[in-house]
Amino acid sequence: MTLNQMSLDDLLGLDRYDIDDQSHISIDHSRCELCALKPCLTVCPAAVYVWADEKVAVRYENCLECGTCTVACEGGGEGGIDWRPPRGGFGINFRYG
Amino acid sequence: MKYNLGSWAVCANLGERQTRLIVEKFDVVIVGAGPAGVTAAYLLAQAGFTVVVIERGQEPGSKNVSGGLIYAQIYEEIFPKFWEEAPVERAIAGHSVVFLGETSATAMDFRDQAVEPPYNAFSVLRAKFDPWLAAQAEEAGAMVMPGFTVDDLLIENGRVCGVKAGGDELYADVVIVAEGTRSQLLKQAGLRDDFQPKDVSIGIKEVIQLPEQTITDRFQCLTAEEGAAYTLVGHTAGAEGGGFIYTNRDTLSLGVVAKIDSVYKSKKQPHEILNEFKSHPFVARLIHGGEVVEYSAQTVHRGGFHLIPQLYGDGYVVVGSAARLLLNNVMTLRGMDVAVASAAAAAKAVIDAKEKDDFSAAGLASYEQHFKKTSVYKDMQTFKDVYPLLENKRLFNAYPEMVCAIMEDMFSVGTQPGKKGYRALRDQMKENDISFWEMAKDLYQIGKGVAI
Repeated sequence: MTLNQMSLDDLLGLDRYDIDDQSHISIDHSRCELCALKPCLTVCPAAVYVWADEKVAVRYENCLECGTCTVACEGGGEGGIDWRPPRGGFGINFRYG
Repeated sequence: MKYNLGSWAVCANLGERQTRLIVEKFDVVIVGAGPAGVTAAYLLAQAGFTVVVIERGQEPGSKNVSGGLIYAQIYEEIFPKFWEEAPVERAIAGHSVVFLGETSATAMDFRDQAVEPPYNAFSVLRAKFDPWLAAQAEEAGAMVMPGFTVDDLLIENGRVCGVKAGGDELYADVVIVAEGTRSQLLKQAGLRDDFQPKDVSIGIKEVIQLPEQTITDRFQCLTAEEGAAYTLVGHTAGAEGGGFIYTNRDTLSLGVVAKIDSVYKSKKQPHEILNEFKSHPFVARLIHGGEVVEYSAQTVHRGGFHLIPQLYGDGYVVVGSAARLLLNNVMTLRGMDVAVASAAAAAKAVIDAKEKDDFSAAGLASYEQHFKKTSVYKDMQTFKDVYPLLENKRLFNAYPEMVCAIMEDMFSVGTQPGKKGYRALRDQMKENDISFWEMAKDLYQIGKGVAI
């Protein structure tokens, strides 16, 4: 595999997570219905937000905790994303950073 | 490890993740064990305060991502000769600015002699560097508690008086908010405005492993202690921003920083932008044979005075990226030294407040004065006109292309007649639909922002 052909799944597979059994992200779908742009579907570097069954679905286990979705949603969307930090010790665990 | 806790008891039930803190009150509670939080903890513990730092990562640094350069001067002031013990990667000896065309590149290299103390900058990896920094605060008597998420600020009668973490309430005279770029607690408490996607960038990063000697040779370093930093403009799939490549010991830190609104307008996902950047021949040569070992991302504030929120209030101060403090002069983004400078200024203000026994906003107001005296703040002032440049799309796409095309004209010999510089420039302006007037305006903007 050459360096520049890595898929997102390949990349995320390199990272270490300690996954909580509860999601730290919740969605207010009524707000998402008002959102024409849905920037979350594009900007998330881990593609946590995907369009499935006519609504925004969340794959919280992949979250890199960068904060991009909340900025995009606060200022570019309708504020449907409620992102809270995972419980202490859970979530992404960078080995290099 | 000694704690300045006096009679306070700490009971940890490590069987369950939710350790319980049975402590009534500290002088200072700090949220976040990054460079800002830890610096404040270090200075205040030294001054005799009881200090606890609450960190949501399993270890300090395990949630932190940076491009990876620290500018040494402010660290040296607080942690003298830190490089002798701290796990820094390489001392930066060379800085290069590279304009990327479609497949070509034009580079401008700055090189100094072999680096020696006092160093200018180091590359670091946060998961290694931050634990060392936190250990300095612990040695000074602060308590660092990783593995806890602070859920909310504790606010009584309009005054911040502590934090809620893991079901417990922890009281303090003053809370130092050092929670990083997201400023989650300030948002929840209604203490900051919403962020606008044009004012915040996403940094997407890979750590790429290569043999130490390969990096030393490929980046023209004399030894494995010496490193190079590349800032690259262009070839970011239409997103407005730039790339970076920094040398670590046996890895490279490679990434793209791009404005969030430009990312969703580009319709490209961040990892696609990163892949496009990596596919450029100039970049591909530098990382050839390497193996990606980590993928990460982080939001980066744009910087600029008008975006800085209220830095203090009744019972709290905000430091580092949580206060959107960043120094951006297009070629360098300085966050980790600005963080330390602001934390040192805030620590002084807390000491002032203690002397007056007044932790209200008025009592903590000297934070701003102390911060304004730092060299970091003066640098922020010097580069305050840089921000209009960051709005200028031509800077990220058309100009890098043009520079490369003009160089190509100058060096290529073919069947077409050659062009002198001016003619080549004029042709390029026509091709990129840039008028003389626009070009003059842009040059003025660049001059005002970074040169004059």
